Amino acid sequence: MTWRIDHIFPVEGGKVPQEPTSVLVDDGVISAIGGSAEGAEADQVTDGQQQWLMPGLIDLNCHLREPGPDRKGSIATETLAAARGGVTRVCTVPDTSPVNDSGAVTHLIQDLARRNGRVRVHPVGAMTRGLAGEHLSDMASLAGAGCVAMGNAGYATQNARVMRRCMAYARTFDLKLFIQPENPALAADGCAHDGVMAARLGLPGIPEVAETTAVNELLMLGAETEVRLHLGPLSCARSLDLVRAARESGQAVTCEVGITHLVATEGSIDGYEGIFHCRPPLRTEVDRQALLEGVESGVIDAIVSQHRPTDRAAKQAPFADTEPGLSTVESLLSLGLRLVSEGALSRERLLAALTSGPARILDQAPPSLEAGSPADFFLLTPGQSWNVEPESLLSSGAHAPTLGAELPGVVTLTALGGRVVYQA
Amino acid sequence: MGESNASLQLTPDGNLRHFLSIDGLDRAMLTRILDTADSFIEVGERSIKKVPLLRGRTVVNLFFEPSTRTRSTFELAAKRLSADVLNLDIGTSATSKGETLSDTLLNLRAMASDMFVIRHAQSGAPHFIARSVTPDVAIINAGDGRHAHPTQAMLDMLTIRQHKQTFAGLRVAIVGDIQHSRVARSQIRALNTLGVDEVRLVAPYTLLPNRPEVLGARVFSRMEDGLKGVDVVIMLRLQRERMEGALLPSESEFYRMYGLTEEKLRHAAPDALVMHPGPINRGVEIESSVADGPQSVILGQVTNGIAIRMAVMSMAMSGQLGDRQSEQGEGVQAS
Repeated sequence: MTWRIDHIFPVEGGKVPQEPTSVLVDDGVISAIGGSAEGAEADQVTDGQQQWLMPGLIDLNCHLREPGPDRKGSIATETLAAARGGVTRVCTVPDTSPVNDSGAVTHLIQDLARRNGRVRVHPVGAMTRGLAGEHLSDMASLAGAGCVAMGNAGYATQNARVMRRCMAYARTFDLKLFIQPENPALAADGCAHDGVMAARLGLPGIPEVAETTAVNELLMLGAETEVRLHLGPLSCARSLDLVRAARESGQAVTCEVGITHLVATEGSIDGYEGIFHCRPPLRTEVDRQALLEGVESGVIDAIVSQHRPTDRAAKQAPFADTEPGLSTVESLLSLGLRLVSEGALSRERLLAALTSGPARILDQAPPSLEAGSPADFFLLTPGQSWNVEPESLLSSGAHAPTLGAELPGVVTLTALGGRVVYQA
Repeated sequence: MGESNASLQLTPDGNLRHFLSIDGLDRAMLTRILDTADSFIEVGERSIKKVPLLRGRTVVNLFFEPSTRTRSTFELAAKRLSADVLNLDIGTSATSKGETLSDTLLNLRAMASDMFVIRHAQSGAPHFIARSVTPDVAIINAGDGRHAHPTQAMLDMLTIRQHKQTFAGLRVAIVGDIQHSRVARSQIRALNTLGVDEVRLVAPYTLLPNRPEVLGARVFSRMEDGLKGVDVVIMLRLQRERMEGALLPSESEFYRMYGLTEEKLRHAAPDALVMHPGPINRGVEIESSVADGPQSVILGQVTNGIAIRMAVMSMAMSGQLGDRQSEQGEGVQAS
């Protein structure tokens, strides 16, 4: 079956072409784009209405909450939310319930994704059994079952010795480790950046050193074990300095930042706004600027949603008792585009951090509109905006970072392998 | 943070609706609270200590954290205002039965309560509660986590005003565990709002927040320097568990460096007041002879506590009632 979309501006690498053109999809694959696609015969023709055609985005850090308590989210709801955000590949974080620490859970996720999913779901396996940080998980079996990497989902290992062994074991099978760095003793019972707001609001703080000392230790252990290390989401300017230095010395390390950390700071928790309770915590404007600069300069390889939907009740409590996490996958691209329109980020780097950067980390082919690529793409009306309201979100989690705001860029159609998985 | 607190605590016409923290209240409002409290002090001196301001109103003391002194002064204050008082020591019982805080509150609101006095171990709990019950119930914060204890701070302000008449020109030192103290956070804000010259914090860095300067105070490590020439010395209670968390080496070293002795007090102005929110640890943060000495106003603070609580309860109740009426659109205008 062939499908042609006319009057589209293919946007890859940040540049928008002068003239609209067409794309031709044959059997789920882009068979032609540009002049050769224009007017080509097709079973089905869609008018692209001068919209942008963009390759599907990759989100390396997305909680689909399944298996798990179903009121928080499911593969069906959260992958639909992802598709609405233009995301066509997601890596699921292993802190499901039960934890994704065995091939059986990995298979369950894949089965559910095949049946109910709207986008490609790539499970990340738990690095330690039950994410308890004590015993190695069956990493090789997890990889065999289809896990694209092993991660800690933000959970600490009992000590550096366990971490070192995780790394050495992962390296044996050339597995990638996705690690969210946090020194548990320094983070302790903290729930907000240990700075101005924590001092005023009387909240237990998570100091910057809880992240930087962990990054430092992980880099040292990573260099020694020669594991392929991916760190993040990072929140501090100084963490980036450490990663940059390690990279300059030739270490195989990549890193990611959450979109919320690019658009918000500790000031957001004023008035005890539980929506902005997240891990790592939102930090200072200096950190935010450094993170933006990190994306621009390429030290940061990927921007992730760190999407973590939850039910209403979990956010209805005094700040420290609320469940950390935000519902972000739907607004990921729009928030990024707003940063571009504010001049805080170049469109080229934004899109690279949402496509080619994460693809490289996953050893996958980058999302592309070139002939021969899978037809994973979406149509975007860049000039239109949408309102982020709890009722308008498709995710089960209604706690988006910009509730009430008007964000630029509306995704009107998302296709996966040439099949429409979302339509506005 | 003033903005958001102001909008939550004040009615559109600027009256007190909830009393959650000193943040967001201006000097005029704090002075009004002090003046109202002054008028209630006289009530406590009568043989019949009751005024009918809260007659027919139900005040629920919701204590999620144990407290005897604060709770009993709130209870006394409510009774002197002729309110019906219900004391609920919730502790963790409701939550251990699986009920969420929101559900507990909805149940209590259904009992037609007019005011909740709340003590909670989590910073911001009264804000959360106020947001969910406005405008039906007025909230008085009786201490939340490390964040605020505004009635304690206001009774301290009342004590200072009684002895010093004015706040202008005063230098005040707060000594001890600032980091874990909701009392200190509220005091610093109240002192600055009322226009003292300088607030000083005297503590080791383990007992200070990471960014102490944002609280609006100067930090001193040596007690002798911090006390030099001050008009008021406020000692904070030191919790025993601070020794466990590697925040302090020992009580004896703390006393040596930061305990208020007669000798250290000599660095302050000769007529300096000595204050303490209580209960005091004699020989840990304060020498007995200082606590009982001529400069100590610690006991006066307790009496003032009832007057301050009567003041904020009556003010919040009338603000809240006005608010409720305007929400219901029951046009009391032109009456």
